[in-house]
Formats: sequence, C-alpha cells, structure tokens
Amino acid sequence: MTTATASPAVLPTLRLGLARGWITYRSLLTTREGLFQTVFWNAVPLVVLILNRGSTLGDTGLSLSAALLPGILAIGLAFGVMGTAYSLSAEREDGTLLRAKAVPGGMSSYVVGLCVAAALDGLLSILIVLVPAMFIVPGVPVGDAVFWLGLAGWVALGLVACLPLGILVGSVIRSPRVIGGLGFLATIGLAMLSGLFFPVQVLWGWVQVAVQAFPVYWLGLGLRSSFLPPEAVAMEIGGSWRTLETIAVLGAWAAVGLLLGPVLLRRMARRESGSAVEARRQQALQRT
Amino acid sequence: MDHHMGATMLENVEEPDPVVRVRGLRMRYGSTDVLRGLDFDVRAGEVVTLLGPNGAGKSTTIEILEGFRERSAGEVRVLGVDPARGDERWRSEIGMVLQSWRDHGKWKVRELLAHLGAHYARFSEPGRRRPIDTDELLATVGLADRRDQRIASLSGGQRRRLDVAIGIVGRPRLLFLDEPTAGFDPEARRDFHDLVHRLADDEATTILLTTHDLAEAERLADRILILAAGRIVADGSADQLARRVAGRSEIRWTRGGERFVHSTDDSVAFLRELLGAPGEEIHELEVRRASLEDTYMAMVHQHEDGPLPGRTRVEGVPA
Repeated sequence: MTTATASPAVLPTLRLGLARGWITYRSLLTTREGLFQTVFWNAVPLVVLILNRGSTLGDTGLSLSAALLPGILAIGLAFGVMGTAYSLSAEREDGTLLRAKAVPGGMSSYVVGLCVAAALDGLLSILIVLVPAMFIVPGVPVGDAVFWLGLAGWVALGLVACLPLGILVGSVIRSPRVIGGLGFLATIGLAMLSGLFFPVQVLWGWVQVAVQAFPVYWLGLGLRSSFLPPEAVAMEIGGSWRTLETIAVLGAWAAVGLLLGPVLLRRMARRESGSAVEARRQQALQRT
Repeated sequence: MDHHMGATMLENVEEPDPVVRVRGLRMRYGSTDVLRGLDFDVRAGEVVTLLGPNGAGKSTTIEILEGFRERSAGEVRVLGVDPARGDERWRSEIGMVLQSWRDHGKWKVRELLAHLGAHYARFSEPGRRRPIDTDELLATVGLADRRDQRIASLSGGQRRRLDVAIGIVGRPRLLFLDEPTAGFDPEARRDFHDLVHRLADDEATTILLTTHDLAEAERLADRILILAAGRIVADGSADQLARRVAGRSEIRWTRGGERFVHSTDDSVAFLRELLGAPGEEIHELEVRRASLEDTYMAMVHQHEDGPLPGRTRVEGVPA
C-alpha cells in the first residue's frame, strides 16, 4: 500500500499553503490587537515622514523624508522576518506545528503558509506606508515605470532573502519570548547600523564590514537606488549603488535559507510530539 | 458513511497482518528504561486500551506508533510499515486526537477542520471519499452551531470535540487517542464514548487509546493491555482480567453494630464458617467479586514494587 511512491503533490501543497497563509493572515488582522498593531506600527513611520517633509539632508538638497522612506520600507520587511521567526517558535510551543505534522503533507503546507502570511504582512505594511508617502514625500518618481519595476524587484528579492532567515532563527531559537524580546532589539539594532537612516560610513570600519554580511543593509541599498535621484549615490560606500553585488548578496542569503531552512525545519519537526508540546505547556503555565 | 461489518465478524476471520504489531519494543532515555520489551498486536477493527499509571510509558508507546518518536530497539509495524519510515500516504491512514492547547486560536472552527481535511483529498479512493464532509462532521461532534466561532472562544469540552473531529476527518483506518477524556465532565465523557463506539462499529476503525481511567477502559475496550514499569503485565478483556484474580472476593458484614471486611480466596467456605459460628446475628452481608480495579491495582503493584517476573497472560487470550 505504501510502497508506491506518493506523487510529490506540489500543486495541492501550494494551494493548501496559500489558503493557510491567507486564513492565518486574515485571522490575525481581524482581531482587535492584530489590527491595532498593524495600524500602529505603520503609523509611526508615517508620522516621522510627515514631520520631516520640509527638511532637507544637509547641503545635498535631498529631501530628508525621501532619504528615510527606503529605509522605512526595508525595516518593515526586516520586522516581517522577526514576525516569521516569532510565529514559528510560538506555533511550535502551542502545538500548531504538531497538528501540521499529524496530517499528510501538513508540514509543507504549513511552511508555505508561514511564508505567504509573512509576505502578505510585508506587502501590506509597504502599501500602508508607500501609498500615503507618495503624497507626503517629495520626489518619489511615481510616473517612472523603471522605479516600479525596481521597487517590485527589491521587495520580492528582499522577501525571498529574509523569509528563510526568519525560518532559520525561528527553528534554532526555541523560546518565542526570546525572539519577541531579544530578536526585536537585535533587529532594531541591526537596522540602525545598516545605513537605513544615516550613512554607515560614519561608523567604525568593522561595523561597516559586519552589517554588510546581513541582508538588511543590501535591501536598504537596493531600495535607495530605486527611490533616490542619481546624485544621491555620492553618499554610498564607494560612490556606487553596487546593484550586482546587492543582487548577489541577497540571492546568496535566499539560497542559504532555502537550502538550510528545510533541513532545520525537518529536524525541528522530528522532535515534535504530544508529550513535547505538553511539557512546554506545563512550563508556560507555570510561568504565567 | 461506509458501513463495514462490525467487530463480531472480524473475530472469526483469520487476520494474517495485524494493524499494529509490536515485538520487543524498548525505549531508553539516558540510563532510564521507559519501555522494557513490549509485545502486542492490535487486529483490524479492535478497540484496544493501553492502561497504566502515570509514567508507565503509555504516551511513549503511542508516540512511537504514531511515528513521532524514535525507538531504542525492537520491531514495530503499523499498517505494515515501520512508523519511523512512514510516508505521506501512510500518514493519511492514521488519525490521532491531539490535546489542543492554544493552537489556531484565531481560526474559525469550520476553517480549521476544512483546511486540515483538505490534506486528505488527494488520497481519496473510489468508494472511500476523503475527507469526511466538514459540515457533516461538525454536526456529528455537536459543533454545527459553533462553526463560525473562533477556536479560542470554545469551551474546553467543545475544543476537545474539535480535536476528535480533526482526528477522524481523513477517515483513518487506525485512530490513536492519548488520554482522550482528560478533563471531561461526565456528560462530555459519555458523548465521547458514544462517538468512539460509533467509529468502531460504523466505520470499522481500529482504535488504540491510552487512559488511566479504569471505567473508561472497561466501557470502550475490546481488549485491555496493562502497562506497568515499562512492560505489559496483562492482556485481555475487562472480564478476563477481572477473572484473573476471580478467586479473591471481598466480604463485608456487620455484627453487633460493628463493620467487618475480609478478603478471601474461598468465599463459600468462609461464609459457611462465618454464618455457622455462634454469636450475635449478622447483618448487611455483602460479597463482592474482584473488579477490574482490584486486578489492576494488584498487577501494577506487583510489577512496580517487586522484582519483575515475566509477563502474566490471561487464560483464553491468543498469543
């Protein structure tokens, strides 16, 4: 009966994963706290943009809000990654993962669903910020098809590079509370040092090297290359947008994530069982 | 729903391949032996209860059979396959009722059942439509009027019924139930027992459940395996197990306003002597044969406290 190899069933799995991602995301967004968090965390950068809409960046003549916008979008995606990591570890704790494991093909559709939900979250955050920003921030080249293509490309590449990273973090770090606290701070710290809001050249050389190992820096650089006028390139390292390097580094992260992610997920899933979930439940109940 | 022959028919059929076959199963965590060599079979259509005190290894056994835990040694076949190597098709034949906690709390009842059920659609066969229709199943477990409610807002009993629905949505051949009624009130427990009987009778589902509730084991199981200290110490129907210590009876009586209890192997001789003896009149005489509970306590204590003799077999139970 089971000797015949089951067909890989890629399409049903994708369809189930898409449905799962959509239900997960919609279910979260339609709770009061989910809606509040989405609105609140996206309203903060909008307020920053509004407050800075008249300022210019030093003597470059570049609008300060225009210079901040790509960084804000990048940090939105970076938090999406942390969100994925958080969901993964929280859902391991609460038994969601075990349920997925108990149905045939459930782990695959679970992972697809996780990515779809994170992508929806990332895209919605971008829309919430970008649409009003087009009216607030001077100089967004909204009439330029190349700009939109570039934006779509960076966002897509950024998601593919960052999501597997979220899965890596979520499968290695066991406690959702560690990810929610420490991970949140680490993401903010990394984003701050990654040239999203001020040029990295003002920092020590080793910090510059270190942040360039992470995808956030490159995502910010790519987005700036699309959003900012050509003369702004003068503020970048080497006076170049380094587009090919950006694609290479983000692509490398995506590859690492896509190769390691399934391995780590499988390892993590293998350890799930009813008693493992029950043990964590007892622990969590003692804590609260 | 498919109507198969009930369990009665199956007893007469030679079943060459049991649904579950376990030989010499051992599990060791570090230096602790949790399972010390289990041997048992579960045949098609049977409802078998794994009964034992906490820490006896019930959940470990079930998790090994579910393919969720690697064993240290021994041979295990579930539906003919080693659970450590079961593929998705194998997985689709197995249902399990997991203890839910907070998972999918924001999802609606119907959404989750339909989503999980959809995973079985590609394993449908002619004459065996999978999954079970979502609304039909919600009605069966009594959640039809909760279908659009978020799962987090369900009561404990309602959640448990959803767990059961999820466990059977794919029409499994074999269903695992690990402590299924822990925390149930008596009514929910009875409803659940009815549901298990229906599954076993109407769908010919083979069921293996764990419990430490004797009454539950007695009500549900065709056969009871008592697990103590990592071994199966008894194997038989509730009646057979009770008869195992049947010689022993408990006799209670009142004499002169004072209550007495005596436990004996030969109740007839003792009663003859008691009634024939001179003295005050005897009232409220009561003779009670050993119950499953007595058997259970006797066996568990014998095996957990004392040195371990071999497995005790109940007479009349085939190997």
